[in-house]
Amino acid sequence: MFQKRDFLLIATIILIIVISAQMILPVWRHAGEVIHITIDGKLYGEYNLSQNQTITINDTLGYNRVIIQSGSAYMDEADCPDKYCIAYKPIQNNGQTIICLPHKLVIEVIGEQHSGQVDVIVP
Amino acid sequence: MKTKSVAYCAILTTLAMIFGYVEALIPFHFGLPGVKLGIANIVIVLALYQFPAGQVFAIQVMRIVLVSFLFGSMSMMIYSLVGGMLSLGTMLLLKKTNWFSVTGVSIAGGVSHNLGQLAVAVLVVQNLRITLYIPVLLTAGLVTGCLIGMLAYKLKPLMERYF
Repeated sequence: MFQKRDFLLIATIILIIVISAQMILPVWRHAGEVIHITIDGKLYGEYNLSQNQTITINDTLGYNRVIIQSGSAYMDEADCPDKYCIAYKPIQNNGQTIICLPHKLVIEVIGEQHSGQVDVIVP
Repeated sequence: MKTKSVAYCAILTTLAMIFGYVEALIPFHFGLPGVKLGIANIVIVLALYQFPAGQVFAIQVMRIVLVSFLFGSMSMMIYSLVGGMLSLGTMLLLKKTNWFSVTGVSIAGGVSHNLGQLAVAVLVVQNLRITLYIPVLLTAGLVTGCLIGMLAYKLKPLMERYF
């Protein structure tokens, strides 16, 4: 079922996974402060995660409702065909995203300044 | 193309479509939306070892287009097409080199499939942060590719006998 070279391939892939995870995980762990909602690559709005709120987006591409509750955001409702965005778990950590592909919508948690770069300045 | 190969292509496309349908019915969730087992790929992997590249290509394109039209959406089709073509290309190349067994070829196919989809996601959403999913998607591709490859290894002798 397996040849020697197969294990070599598996080991190489696992090595790549470990290396990329090492680089990426620290960014994920930090709790974020605000979320950015972008539609089609353009910023739609910025919302504070510490404030409970409901954001209704009625764009030409479709309808989405995002709810922020006790520090995390999730997609509550959407009229996209696949509903993958609703299946996402609530996001609260820096860098986490919820993506609604049919609507080209991305919700992204932005933390405070991290690894030297300032993502956003909250008024 | 001979009548026989046309018939085989049709049978395998149908089989792949049924697998795609079953998968759409029973959502296997691996904790990440969009990550699927990809049972339909078993047909492609098996066909790879049985038929010339052109036929496998035809089966792959047909099944993706048909399944997307029937049970999915336009965006799903673009994703699957890019992922499917990349994975088929990788598998064809690796099969030619004869370095790996079916399992190895299938693993490479699974991983490249996910990377292709990720590339489309980056282009569509215009947000490089999605690349954060690289380790997750690589793991998913490795596991599913391995499972599919092991299944294909077991089924290969049967295919050789009946096709």
